Amino acid sequence: MNAISLNNNERIVFSSIPVLSYDQFMEQNLVLLENDSCHCISYFGFHFDGKIRLVCCIADDTQNSILVSSAVTLKDECLPSFTAHQQAFHAFEREISENMGIGYTDHPWLKPVRYPANRADRKLVIGNYPFYSIDSDELHEVGVGPVHAGVIEPGHFRFICNGEQILHLEIQLGYQHRGIESLFLEKKNLLQKVILAESIAGDTVAGHTTAFVNLWESLCNYKAGKDLQSDRTIALEIERIAVHTGDLAALSNDIAYQPGSAVFGRLRTPLINHFQLWCGNRLAKGLIRPAGTHFPYTGQLADQFLRMLESWEPDFNEMWNVFHKLPGVMGRLEKTGILSNEQVRQIGAVGITARSCNLGRDIRSSHPHDYYSQINHQSVMKRHGDVYSRAQIRREEIRQSLGYLRQLVNDLPVREPYKLLQLQPEPGSFAISLVESWRGEICHCAVTDKNGELMIYKVKDPSFHNWMALALAVRNNEISDFPVCNKSFNLSYCGHDL
Amino acid sequence: MFDHLKIIIHQGKQYIPDVTTAVVPGIFRGRPVISSEISDWKALAEICPTGAITSAPVSIDLGRCLFCGECAFLFPDRIRFTTDYKLACNVREDLIILSGEDKPVELRPEFIRKEISGLYGRSLKLRQVSAGGDNSCELELNACGNVNFDMGRFGIEFVASPRHADGIVITGPVTENMAGPLQICYDAVPEPRLIILAGTDAISGGIFDGAPALNRSFLSKYQIDLYVPGNPVHPLTFINGVLELIKKRKKND
Ligand code: SF4
Repeated sequence: MNAISLNNNERIVFSSIPVLSYDQFMEQNLVLLENDSCHCISYFGFHFDGKIRLVCCIADDTQNSILVSSAVTLKDECLPSFTAHQQAFHAFEREISENMGIGYTDHPWLKPVRYPANRADRKLVIGNYPFYSIDSDELHEVGVGPVHAGVIEPGHFRFICNGEQILHLEIQLGYQHRGIESLFLEKKNLLQKVILAESIAGDTVAGHTTAFVNLWESLCNYKAGKDLQSDRTIALEIERIAVHTGDLAALSNDIAYQPGSAVFGRLRTPLINHFQLWCGNRLAKGLIRPAGTHFPYTGQLADQFLRMLESWEPDFNEMWNVFHKLPGVMGRLEKTGILSNEQVRQIGAVGITARSCNLGRDIRSSHPHDYYSQINHQSVMKRHGDVYSRAQIRREEIRQSLGYLRQLVNDLPVREPYKLLQLQPEPGSFAISLVESWRGEICHCAVTDKNGELMIYKVKDPSFHNWMALALAVRNNEISDFPVCNKSFNLSYCGHDL
Repeated sequence: MFDHLKIIIHQGKQYIPDVTTAVVPGIFRGRPVISSEISDWKALAEICPTGAITSAPVSIDLGRCLFCGECAFLFPDRIRFTTDYKLACNVREDLIILSGEDKPVELRPEFIRKEISGLYGRSLKLRQVSAGGDNSCELELNACGNVNFDMGRFGIEFVASPRHADGIVITGPVTENMAGPLQICYDAVPEPRLIILAGTDAISGGIFDGAPALNRSFLSKYQIDLYVPGNPVHPLTFINGVLELIKKRKKND
């Protein structure tokens, strides 16, 4: 094994990452992925010393470590693909090809990822994308999007149907692309970078901002105190409960179950209003900052939170207990949108999607950060891989997170005085920050140059892995079940498109 | 059946009775009040992530402001964000809050298109187009229709098709990849059609202003009927803004 092993949020010298020949690099990472406890958290290319450097990061869940290796290649090179052997690499290699202009000899489907502004081939435009089609008199196509029926983000879904049944779904994204990764390099002011992190996905502000500040602090050799770690963990867990509750409302809505939609929907309000009490913003924008905070979590907030839960929890339980016993609800959720354990393993799915198929991907237990190392988190797992499993995981994670939150707010650490420090990253460094957001694993990683400026900033939202899960889950389902399948994953468009 | 009745009884009334006078809980960064005694505006301009602060006289442009509050942390006794959530207006310049001023942001009736109150005063159907929005404004626009804010009681609703809509609500800084679909969606709305910009990203591009992945040319082609600032927009900001847009001119005609 010729890779460097590091921990979540550990800074290393970039030049200490082994540089292998491409063949060795490929073989090594493919062998690693044969082990069930390993999955690829990030694989990217960037311009380095006039050539292209490929960096592959594999997380080992049982060793709590991350194995990083690299290789050098050139633009217009045509390489054998990892994907031909391990599908989990498919999106990473498509991205490398799209951004760097590298070709692959045997990639099964090198379709564009997001048509970024800095793509290697400017001639390709999103409006002309040639969708996969099947020439048959018995099949028809249904195109949905990019503008959808609800108040949601844009993306295009192209179904090939046999009557009412979905034979194949192709998803094309990129409409939301704002150039976040390049802007991280261009915006020199730290506050601007934090705001970019807050804008990666506005439904996962705590998740992506925690990933950013933890990474930034690691690059600067700064260790956040217990108080900041506690704040960040509280924010992540409130965000998890709030979104999970909202998702149960949305699932109810998609099966036309009005009481669930109204009650779960309104139960989300006091949770996000707690963010407003805390930091003045319902989605926690402005809350998380590197090496300090404007909004320490106080005993008074803890009291307000615990008091709110006194009525919130009985209301939630009452609604859930009716919801999951109704035949009309269960008929729509059970055995709909099924994924198998083998499928999620193959595509490298993470988060709720993986856990609903008994695949235990959860950074809170495998690579704990902030307060999670003290929580001894046990992932909520289900086996059936259907919409109902994903709903159940939400319900049980809400219960579990409420337990963590009670523990955290009842035992707030002593606060240290902070003056938001302007830290400077160490030159020539590399670090990875993993966070288990409500949706799943977020991975940010960065390399700094000889002046300590960012050379590359990579963001991976869990959706990057999981959109493929949706495409597979709807096969052989009725097209009318697509909305509820989609909602059960609740993936991010902007987090994917960046 | 009985279980549902129990839930209905336990839930009680959840709606906000009067959305025009409701008080937002806790701290909220709404309309800022800036003291005219600021001397060190350079430090302010430097700290602001989007260049929303300019000098002579010192002012904050709510169309660029991300409500991060950093300026108020720098000069806590000179800049104060009030909980006034009524931030919407129909003239872009009115989003610029000057130092020494403490007056509400309002729509100017003379610039509201004549046909609006007659046609849409009691029923306004809107099509939402997210064009690079980060899903925060989208979540808040959805929240406008939930049982708490219940925007539907005023006849204001989001609809599934542009063909059924009276106007579009744009969120996000308008990406190049969404420029085409946005135009197609707008063209599909029957005339007369409104354009509402929801959120700082839509109004100015926000933190993304000037990024090569954007294409904001659509916005310079048409009259904008309503600007609703926020990061994201608060449901009360949106509902009050739209209510003024469809009601105000009538009052004054
Ligand atoms: S609150 Fe607005 S004006 Fe003040 S620094 Fe932040 S973006 Fe600039």
